[in-house]
Amino acid sequence: MDIAERKRCVDIAERAGNVSARTISEKILSAKAGREVHAGEIAICTVDRVLGTDASGPMAIDYFEKMGGERLFDPSRVLFAFDHYAPPASAKTAAFHDRLRAFATRHGAELCDVGEGISFQLLAERGGALPGSLVIGADSHTATAGALNLFATGVGSSDLAAAMITGQVWIRVPESIKITLTGTRTAFLSPKDVGLALVNAIGPAGANYKALEFHGSALGAFTLEERMVICNLGAEMDAKASIFPSDNATNAYLTGRKVGLASPVTADIYAVYAREVTLDLSRLSPRVALPHAPDNVVPIEQAAGTPVHMVFLGTCTGGRVRDFHEALAALDRAGGQLAPGVQLVVTPASREVADAIRDDGTLARFEALGATVTTVGCGACCGTSGVIPGDGMNVLSTANRNFKARMGNANASIYLASPAACGASAATGKITDPRAERAAR
Amino acid sequence: MIRLEGRARRFGDNVNTDYIITSARKRDTIDEQVLKQWLLETLDPAFAASVREEDMIVAGENFGCGSAMEVAVTVILAAGIKAVIAQSFSRTFYRNAINNGLIPVQCDTNRFEEGDRLSVQLDGAELSVANYTKELTLSGPPIAGVMLDILEHGGLVRFIREHRRLMPREQ
Repeated sequence: MDIAERKRCVDIAERAGNVSARTISEKILSAKAGREVHAGEIAICTVDRVLGTDASGPMAIDYFEKMGGERLFDPSRVLFAFDHYAPPASAKTAAFHDRLRAFATRHGAELCDVGEGISFQLLAERGGALPGSLVIGADSHTATAGALNLFATGVGSSDLAAAMITGQVWIRVPESIKITLTGTRTAFLSPKDVGLALVNAIGPAGANYKALEFHGSALGAFTLEERMVICNLGAEMDAKASIFPSDNATNAYLTGRKVGLASPVTADIYAVYAREVTLDLSRLSPRVALPHAPDNVVPIEQAAGTPVHMVFLGTCTGGRVRDFHEALAALDRAGGQLAPGVQLVVTPASREVADAIRDDGTLARFEALGATVTTVGCGACCGTSGVIPGDGMNVLSTANRNFKARMGNANASIYLASPAACGASAATGKITDPRAERAAR
Repeated sequence: MIRLEGRARRFGDNVNTDYIITSARKRDTIDEQVLKQWLLETLDPAFAASVREEDMIVAGENFGCGSAMEVAVTVILAAGIKAVIAQSFSRTFYRNAINNGLIPVQCDTNRFEEGDRLSVQLDGAELSVANYTKELTLSGPPIAGVMLDILEHGGLVRFIREHRRLMPREQ
């Protein structure tokens, strides 16, 4: 639908009952632009939080200096996380870290050094991801934070630098895709399966310039951290943002964390959407994305039996407490040992996650199995730190991307699946349906 | 008005930023002058060495998907490429292109082939591409508002240097 047509629909809806007819995205961006904006317009918005990483930050400093930046618009709103190159694997990477460390210290930004975690995960854990807010992050998976009912979007280093100076970002107000989750969640159905099914249904560019907004009776079946998994995979549809409504799960997560005012935002019932997609959870089964694209998704039965040489548990998709619990439980059900020749790599998304699974004994179990436990952060996901797979290896991963060479070797093949599927497969040495791991042995 | 002449270098759909330049390569440097020797190496190891000044990348759907890393744009510019013509662009790549003065032309590239002689023209907000080899003239969606302002400044650096803030384009 073109903008004029859309505006006409909105106008009619608004006139019909003197009601507002806006999506969550339009409401948040209107509030941040200080004027009423609709999809298709370009808005200059004020940002609530600005996130940089050790991958995007050094380049942002270059832009900041070239732009003539002298100070941050508000240091308390700027966070840098050392997550992509943690720990640095070369002297040159260490020098990038030093530069970013010095910059953050000099300007008073929040600095999350090696060992703290992934940028938007830290923002959420520290209570900075507030309903109704606008967050930009120089990381394509920033939209993950939208699980907390906010507009979080990925940008590059130049946008990051401009926002650091001005507190502003230019945004083309997106149309939204309404995703309705219905039905009953079945045993072993992971939010990863939901996300992969959506990537497959919507396509790698299906949400291009659009926001995903979640609705439906089944939302309550997912914890806040599980919603983050679904929002995270929005990036694989090229979504600008992925936004859940605010409910009890949101409040439960924010309790004890919140720093600032939450302004929950709901979509108007007459809001106009670019597209509506309904997913019935009762009929959804575990999924696997085959090499080399995240939308190359099949029901796990079609991939079952494929040999697995490395299992990677971690990243901003599958590196939270529940992910490790589900993976370990599935591994135990499938025999409780690593299959011969399987390398298991474990990377928690943050220190909070690592502490939690250390305290409850999960981490010790992985170590006893012979897993390689790496520094928290992005780990092996993008081939920058952690373990690089060898030529010809098949990797089964809880991550979000399986592009060729993604993990640092173009001659490896990456499959994506839920933590439970990854855990079961680590025990069997082949891709294994977590619902049937006993039978598979 | 901006007018560019050049030669088409053809790629397919879903060229992601890892393919444009891998994360592993930028572990040690973000200097695009160094990184350009590995431009698009995963898809075509011989590509970087064959690039001539004024080549233009022509691609299918969803060019620049994946990571938001901005070196994916600066490394293309460093190689001497000033425009990318694609069926569609990933949004972060599109943003980064505008912010760095790389011209993103969204149009139907189905008939474009390697080596075609091309001309790209930005006249006001109007964006068009001529394919002399195929005798085609196509227009892309206009580049509007602050995006055009940024592009006309050659990128966000000069825009912020001059104005110190973002603001709506004056009508």
